[in-house]
Amino acid sequence: MTLALDLRHGAPRLDFHAELPTGRITALLGPSGSGKTSILRAIAGLIRLEGADIRLGTDVWNDDRTHRPTRERSIGLVPQQYGLFPHMSALRNVETALGNLPPAQRSERAHAAIELAHVAGLEARYPHELSGGQKQRVALARAIARQPAVLLLDEPFSAVDRSTRKRLYVELRRLHGQLQNTIVLVTHDLDEAAQLAHHLCLIRHGRLLQSGPTGDVLTRPRSEESARLLDIPNVFDGRVERLSDGNCLLHWGPHALRVPCPDAPDGARIRWAVLPSNVLLARPDKPWESHLENPVPAQVLEVIELGGEAVVRVKVFGLDDCMLQLRLPMRAIRRYHVAPGHAITICLRSADIVPLLDSGD
Amino acid sequence: MDWAAIVLSAKLAAVTLVILIPMAVGVARWLAVTTNRAKPWLEGLLALPLVLPPTVVGYYLLVAMGNRSAPGRLFESLTGHTLAFSFSGLVLASIVVNVPFAVQPVQRAFESIAPEIREAAQCCGLSFWQAMFRIELPLAWPGILSACVLTFAHTLGEFGVVLMVGGNIPGETQTVAISIYDRTQAFDHASAGAMAAALLIVSLVTIAVSYGLVERLMRRRRSA
Repeated sequence: MTLALDLRHGAPRLDFHAELPTGRITALLGPSGSGKTSILRAIAGLIRLEGADIRLGTDVWNDDRTHRPTRERSIGLVPQQYGLFPHMSALRNVETALGNLPPAQRSERAHAAIELAHVAGLEARYPHELSGGQKQRVALARAIARQPAVLLLDEPFSAVDRSTRKRLYVELRRLHGQLQNTIVLVTHDLDEAAQLAHHLCLIRHGRLLQSGPTGDVLTRPRSEESARLLDIPNVFDGRVERLSDGNCLLHWGPHALRVPCPDAPDGARIRWAVLPSNVLLARPDKPWESHLENPVPAQVLEVIELGGEAVVRVKVFGLDDCMLQLRLPMRAIRRYHVAPGHAITICLRSADIVPLLDSGD
Repeated sequence: MDWAAIVLSAKLAAVTLVILIPMAVGVARWLAVTTNRAKPWLEGLLALPLVLPPTVVGYYLLVAMGNRSAPGRLFESLTGHTLAFSFSGLVLASIVVNVPFAVQPVQRAFESIAPEIREAAQCCGLSFWQAMFRIELPLAWPGILSACVLTFAHTLGEFGVVLMVGGNIPGETQTVAISIYDRTQAFDHASAGAMAAALLIVSLVTIAVSYGLVERLMRRRRSA
């Protein structure tokens, strides 16, 4: 079963077609104004889009003839600023979502949701007496109390501090482990999406750029736009050469890289990317030819230490205007004496070289 | 003390409140959420009694209530008497001049409810009316309370329009404000002074108490 979305609209501009797997966490990742919140609101039925088609399995929420009202959709929403009812205690906030139950069962279910969201003991507090993290958990308790099929989270961690956010990540994954429901998470934070989501949709200008399992999307951007959104700095030009043996070479300045054959004809110029974490440093104490794929000589320009690892910017030999970035553990920096001005050899495994489609911009 | 005038003023204020406030809440809620392009014009129309001289408002009301106008003739055929110079006419005039005092505080109160809260109510499965009674009205309550107090106090003190529309008929249209004017003209300063002081104290107390209540309500919600 999937949550199938087909949203096309003028204002807000949307051209989004995707099938989100049920029982998994899907992140809608995009910059501010990319339309991801509009998608969430369309799923919730809070905005009505002409020609939208939204269905959960065979259950139609929206099509040409149907627009099921929000209260009749099996959803729970945690808005960006939590949307708690300020005149109600935490418990009453949660109970308000349980109008579908007989009054006798509401309290029990509300307490169970509060337990699950780890806010037990705060039932009598009003929203203004709660911290940001506590408000977020109460909003989560209210959203899950109705046991919705789809839980919608609109940048739920943007208003809490970093340490609370880390704790809430753990709690969300634990909660998902217990409930196994479908969660759609809107975020502009790549790390957040990478840590929480099983499935990732990249969105820009209301358009779906790419979707798939998080690991695949993060490591294999399909277009330059996706690469930019994924904060991949290493995007270059190359020329494809199809060899008679069926293999392909990618000519990058004076270098010829062995690559899986891209979907491009012989001689075509393409854009390609490689993740900084996938650029390997050749060990100077081992002979090249024995173990290296696509070795490329380079000169170190800059080494910036960030926590336990370093961002290394290098100039590739024969390509003066090409800066390439790699991320290395600090112990490798020290062990192999990687320092500005030093010559090193990097290698680009063919499996890590990602040909990019034309972005269409 | 002109007790008949005091009772009449209190009755007029109460009737005005009972009729005007529910209508004002409905209009204010609509104005708070609508994106209709005519909104500024409608808001302007509702605020007119604040800026127009009471004599202008009174004049148009008088014309509308007269037996040369369709509403005036309709009222007369139904009740057998004219709206002008009657308590019913006074109520209508009082409602018209109090519209901005009733609508604006309630509108501001509804506007201060974050859209997220309305949407959260929908996501909690509440129908429009459930959301209205359980979420929006309790949150807009300080504004509604302010509207009630302002309308009540303003009705007690309204002079120009009441005089134009109702005249000065003791027991029928002579309110406290007109009675004070009447006594002052007759050099009965003791009676005029007593009623002026009573009006001053009642107005001050109701406004101060309502401000205090509103402040208390708002403090509870401010950081929510």
